[in-house]
Amino acid sequence: MKRTTRQKLIRYAMYGVLVLVVAAFSFVADWDKIATSFFNVEIARDMFPEVLTTAARNTIVYTFLAFVLGLILALILALMKLSSIRLYRWLAIAYIELFRGLPALVTIIFVAFALPIAFDGFNVPGGILGQGSLGLGIVAGAYMAETIRAGILAVPKGQMEAARSLGMSWGTAMTYIILPQAFRIIIPPLTNELVLLIKDTSLFFVLGTTVASKELTKFGRDLMTAKFNGTPLTVVALVYLAITLPLTYLVSRLEKKTAAAR
Amino acid sequence: MTMQPDPTAPPIQLLDLHKSFGELEVLRGIDFKVEVGEVVCLIGPSGSGKSTLLRCVNKLEEPTAGRILIEGIDITDPETDVDAVRTRIGMVFQQFNLFPHLSVLRNLRIAQRKVLGRDTEEATRIASEMLTRVGLIDKMDEHPARLSGGQQQRVAIARALCMNPDMMLFDEPTSALDPELIGEVLDVMRELADDGMTMVVVTHEMAFAQQVADRVIFMDGGVIVEDGPPSQVLVNPIHERTKKFLRAIEVE
Ligand SMILES: Nc1ncnc2c1ncn2[C@@H]1O[C@H](COP(=O)(O)OP(=O)(O)OP(=O)(O)O)[C@@H](O)[C@H]1O
Ligand SMILES: [Mg+2]
Repeated sequence: MKRTTRQKLIRYAMYGVLVLVVAAFSFVADWDKIATSFFNVEIARDMFPEVLTTAARNTIVYTFLAFVLGLILALILALMKLSSIRLYRWLAIAYIELFRGLPALVTIIFVAFALPIAFDGFNVPGGILGQGSLGLGIVAGAYMAETIRAGILAVPKGQMEAARSLGMSWGTAMTYIILPQAFRIIIPPLTNELVLLIKDTSLFFVLGTTVASKELTKFGRDLMTAKFNGTPLTVVALVYLAITLPLTYLVSRLEKKTAAAR
Repeated sequence: MTMQPDPTAPPIQLLDLHKSFGELEVLRGIDFKVEVGEVVCLIGPSGSGKSTLLRCVNKLEEPTAGRILIEGIDITDPETDVDAVRTRIGMVFQQFNLFPHLSVLRNLRIAQRKVLGRDTEEATRIASEMLTRVGLIDKMDEHPARLSGGQQQRVAIARALCMNPDMMLFDEPTSALDPELIGEVLDVMRELADDGMTMVVVTHEMAFAQQVADRVIFMDGGVIVEDGPPSQVLVNPIHERTKKFLRAIEVE
């Protein structure tokens, strides 16, 4: 048998198995039950507009704050890791390895609950907004630091040399020549980080949210328990996708564009 | 420390300069002086240390030992403000190194603005003047990627000139160019030399060196082997190694 023919046969066999599985599942599944517990129109309609005006809005605000904080931390860490001063490099490495090695949840709990215990009376200002965003921002900084560092290293060495030979200080050259080019290179991976952060804000449920500060997951979960129905979760899932899918689409567009520009 | 340059001192003076990369000793005691308005061409085989020497002059490379005096100021002294000295030394690279995220005009303005503190209007005026000088005033708003290699190198020269340097260093400015584009860059350099600019040029363009250089220096193995007028070094070299090198490039 020819190689291509055999590959074709294998592929058809795989399609066949897939069709069988789907058929078996839909035969066994209780469609009425699924419809009432996950696609209950009544319950779904009741969630509006709060699911957008409160929950989705909170998710976006938390994400934005954590992202901005993470970006600032990441920039400092990346520059420290590229520094010629060994102490700075070590501090940056320690930070990055620590917060990449821990589950984000642990860091968030630490910031929200352990810090006030350790420093008597110290509370992160801004309540859940402050605690959660700070915790998540700290984690995001560790991940994005590596991305930014890679971006800086991807700018040809001659750029820094040309800038310095014009009399620019290291800082001026970094600010006006290197970083603008580095950020252009890393927009796609940074957008990926943003998508991950959107999903990570669901960890804020541990902070015991009030009605006004619930983000999407907490909002959906609480409603699910209250109504004893899965529909709120379906709606929340769709809202998440409405936010993340355009972003991931944007990333793939940007990646194609940068690939073409090379 | 801000030290004023001494106009009577030679623009460039190297005293027993040494440079090693780890175990590899690339410059092995260079003594070298360039006078005001002099055009010096640096030739020699690949790996002989020409680029390293040039890059030491504005301290893109840190010398291992020896002293570098720029207009009388010792830039190997840790107290010296090297950034300030660098504004007086223009440098042109083999790979142009234009800033790809900025238009031609902004390439020419950025260091004027951020280093010399000129306002936008004055920086634009000087940028236009320099672009006219290299014949590219109509490319002011283009991005570097849309220019030919020869045009990019002329923009790079204009960018360096915007800082009003007292001297210019060129590291194989035409080696990355297609043959038909070399002439336009050499013409700009020739005009610069005629205007009295102090220049050190690493080059393989022997005809250019012959016509434009006041002195030609032949380097090999990290030392200066022969130093003299082009009529000597390029036509009647004294040293056997220079003769061998010239024969080798003639064959190419
Ligand atoms: N940053 C560096 N690290 C290690 N070795 C280096 C470095 N830069 C240059 N060298 C080495 O130093 C030697 C001299 O290099 P240099 O670039 O000065 O030579 P060159 O005369 O300019 O040669 P070419 O004509 O090929 O440009 C070479 O052996 C090179 O490999
Ligand atoms: Mg070289």
